[in-house]
Amino acid sequence: MQKITREQLIAKASELLSNGTVSQVLGWGKGEFDYDVTPTLFSSAEELENGFVFNDFCGANFSKYLVSKAAKADGKLLVFLKPCDTYSFNQLLTEHRFDREKVYAVGIPCEGMADISKVKAISGDGIASINADGDNLVVTTLYEDAPITIATKDVLAERCINCKSKKHVAYDELMGEEGEVLASNRFDEVARLEAMTADERFAFWQNELSRCIRCNACRDACPACTCEKCVFDNPNSGVENKSPANEFEEKLFHIIRAYHVAGRCTDCGECSRVCPQNIPLHLLNRKFIKDINEFYGEYQAGEEVDSRAPLVNYTTEDLEPGEVFDRGDNNA
Amino acid sequence: MNNVNDTLIPKIGVITDVRIDTPDIKTFRVVTLDGKKAFDHMPGQCAMLSVPGVGEAMFSITSSPTNEEFMEFSIKKCGCVTDWLHQAEVGQQITIRGPYGKPFPVDDVFAGKDLLFIAGGVGLAPLRSVINYCRHYRDRYGKIDIVYGSRSKDDLLDYQEIINEWATDEGVDVHLTIDNPQEGWDGHVGFVPNFVKELGFDTDKVAVLCGPPIMIKFTLDGLCGLGFDKTNVYTTLELRMKCGVGKCGRCNVGAKYVCKDGPVFRCDELDELPDEY
Amino acid sequence: MRKCSLEKINEIFAAIAKNAALYLPVDRTDGSAAYKKWEEGTVWSNALNTVRSPKDFFFPQTEDLMRFKTKGKTVQLEDIRTEAEAFVVFGVRACDVKSFDILDRVFLTEPADSFYANRRNHGVIVSLACTRPVETCFCKTFGIDPSAPAGDISAWKTESDIFFEANTEKGKALLHTLSELTEECDDGAVAEQKAKINAVMEKLPLKDLSTKGFGGGKTAELFDAPEWDELSSACLGCGTCTFVCPTCQCYDIKDFNTGNGVIRFRCWDSCMYSDFTKMAHGNNRLTQKERFRQRFMHKLVYYPENNDGLFSCVGCGRCLAKCPISMNIVKVMKKIGGNKGE
Repeated sequence: MQKITREQLIAKASELLSNGTVSQVLGWGKGEFDYDVTPTLFSSAEELENGFVFNDFCGANFSKYLVSKAAKADGKLLVFLKPCDTYSFNQLLTEHRFDREKVYAVGIPCEGMADISKVKAISGDGIASINADGDNLVVTTLYEDAPITIATKDVLAERCINCKSKKHVAYDELMGEEGEVLASNRFDEVARLEAMTADERFAFWQNELSRCIRCNACRDACPACTCEKCVFDNPNSGVENKSPANEFEEKLFHIIRAYHVAGRCTDCGECSRVCPQNIPLHLLNRKFIKDINEFYGEYQAGEEVDSRAPLVNYTTEDLEPGEVFDRGDNNA
Repeated sequence: MNNVNDTLIPKIGVITDVRIDTPDIKTFRVVTLDGKKAFDHMPGQCAMLSVPGVGEAMFSITSSPTNEEFMEFSIKKCGCVTDWLHQAEVGQQITIRGPYGKPFPVDDVFAGKDLLFIAGGVGLAPLRSVINYCRHYRDRYGKIDIVYGSRSKDDLLDYQEIINEWATDEGVDVHLTIDNPQEGWDGHVGFVPNFVKELGFDTDKVAVLCGPPIMIKFTLDGLCGLGFDKTNVYTTLELRMKCGVGKCGRCNVGAKYVCKDGPVFRCDELDELPDEY
Repeated sequence: MRKCSLEKINEIFAAIAKNAALYLPVDRTDGSAAYKKWEEGTVWSNALNTVRSPKDFFFPQTEDLMRFKTKGKTVQLEDIRTEAEAFVVFGVRACDVKSFDILDRVFLTEPADSFYANRRNHGVIVSLACTRPVETCFCKTFGIDPSAPAGDISAWKTESDIFFEANTEKGKALLHTLSELTEECDDGAVAEQKAKINAVMEKLPLKDLSTKGFGGGKTAELFDAPEWDELSSACLGCGTCTFVCPTCQCYDIKDFNTGNGVIRFRCWDSCMYSDFTKMAHGNNRLTQKERFRQRFMHKLVYYPENNDGLFSCVGCGRCLAKCPISMNIVKVMKKIGGNKGE
């Protein structure tokens, strides 16, 4: 269960609307079911009361919306940011993708968000309702007479199991208590892949990426992908394509994208959350993050605004290309 | 399997003549490899031309169906396919498929009527087909007026044909205009919509408009101001197309597909469609 | 009606696979299901449905249409069409079976698409009645009965048996090849099964969703509805909904230069994409609102207007499950049209 409640958030948003600090609120809109929330703009206390929700399924990272929504807002836009969202927020500011003056950021604590597919794997499909009760989710389904109680920690999204930080790195105002940067195990899976032989690793990615349908959801949800015209959409780029012409292209799309966001990806995990085919795309990005950490020292994109990312900052201490090559060799 | 026709599979055509019409419009003459017309068509219909490796695009057929030897396409240089075609030489092979779309109702609605053709710029391309069709069957139609305007004298398409053939026909009046004064031009100067209002036509004519969207909009307003009924005014639409037969799903305006329900629309029909063209 | 014990299901599969490629839903490592070609040892999935719809069998995501060789000024065209393999798709749900009717009206209307027709002619559909519809299901809204799926053969699965009823000549021919493995039976068990499913249908949260207010002739009324702004506001412009949708059929045609000739291929396209209607000189759908509106107006108004009132949605619920921002046709229908305020 989240420590902060829907009611607290509505009260905060209503207060900021009524005292004129903000003109609109970017929040989570109620869905058809208890788990399908939609990022929504609210303009009044009444709209908030009718449609705002906050529960264990509010995983969407709102930072990217600021690029389009803050520019259009009349006054300031209130955005609620979970700790991991604040890293994307800073990274977008570093890249001058939205006007900080147009945004009022309220940091909110997060206890980790649930993955509905994990819930369904336990409760069975046919969800009728999901309610938080302490550390549990109480699920009723169309098929079971009795409610099913599931420990929330057992159905957390992968990115939340491996949460890297409960600390907010950007906000105008903080609700609840500030958390700490965590020592997560997020690189364990990358290390497992690194330990594979090249053939095994190829087979792993072949299996995962062969499911890709090139819907572009990963790119379109990614806060690091904010090009106004992606090369893959641009008929003049020479590489425009809507679907993989062959298996080679299928992999290249994801690998090129991973390269493009390398050093800028904050590891928010939206790519994997939105993938309709459950491809663990975040592992590609994490591989880059792990390498950057190992090559250039610990670096967390978005930790601060205007930081010089190792990949765009030359120092005399930088390792030589040959060292990378040798390392790659040992790893093969 | 290979003997089943599929509209997506084109014929090979060959460019047998390239005429430079204006600084950015060329007219291409196309026949099939055996020297014949690729297919029969009616005025207003279109064809898909392609250069393999570059792309495929829809063009209106400029020549009249009464020309039984070849087809012509007047093409403005404005994108990948057209750029490529503009550097093509005589003898270049391309692909061609069609005809696509609903033609102008030349054999029923237009029959016996006075006709008013109004075109701007490359918008003359689809009208040339219907104008020459009506000239060919001259006795089936009443008086013909042609209003044509362009940016400059050099941008007037088919200028020689207009001056030497259309303007000399009996019962055909040609009214030319260019946007700005120009040395060596003693004709009318001004935009098409205003010119039409100045000319002031009888409202029992059937009018056909083709040109840039902004010209169509103001000319249509002008015609309505003169008392024309929209049920007597026709125009053509152009949207992005891939298949040409209402299947690829992109050229619709509301429930109508420009490729198969158009490109010719009566202006009152357009009023029924959402404003998304 | 014929029946067979589920214990013998692999014999049924083997018998079908002897004469045709057999495709059926199989569980994947990521927890979802996908159609796979059956071979000895393949385990049939119990999943309600697959992430990708079976439209892929007739309208694959990419397919080569023809090849060209160019040399100097000459162009040679190679027609690469061949007869499709004979195949059977097994276990198609009622909603997805209905989607074939919707696709047929597009691809088989003159001039028929020979690529689609070729596969359609060589494919046999064995449908399967639902046993466990879920909260995202709303096929009944579009008049589909999940307990009585269409197809060349309809099938029902109970705890112990599977029942078959042939509906078409193709289906009868296939069922005939299974006569040694199946036995004639009455429809008592199937009727019981149907009643069970229909009882569940009454409990579904979307059971009252209505098409009221939609259909042909509603363009003027719905096109400028103010709700489109809000509905489309969070849309990312990705193609997930269109690509998992069993009835979305928009496509692009592109040329691919292999270095040794040109392949002209067709691939799925999405009206949600920013370049869908982009031309050399402009774009008639400039913002995501217009693209979003197109998708839903097409399914709920334009398609029925051109197809005798048939809606271009089958209520399979894939878009409800897969949209990254949880915006979908149900939310559109509840905001606009006859469900307003319900």
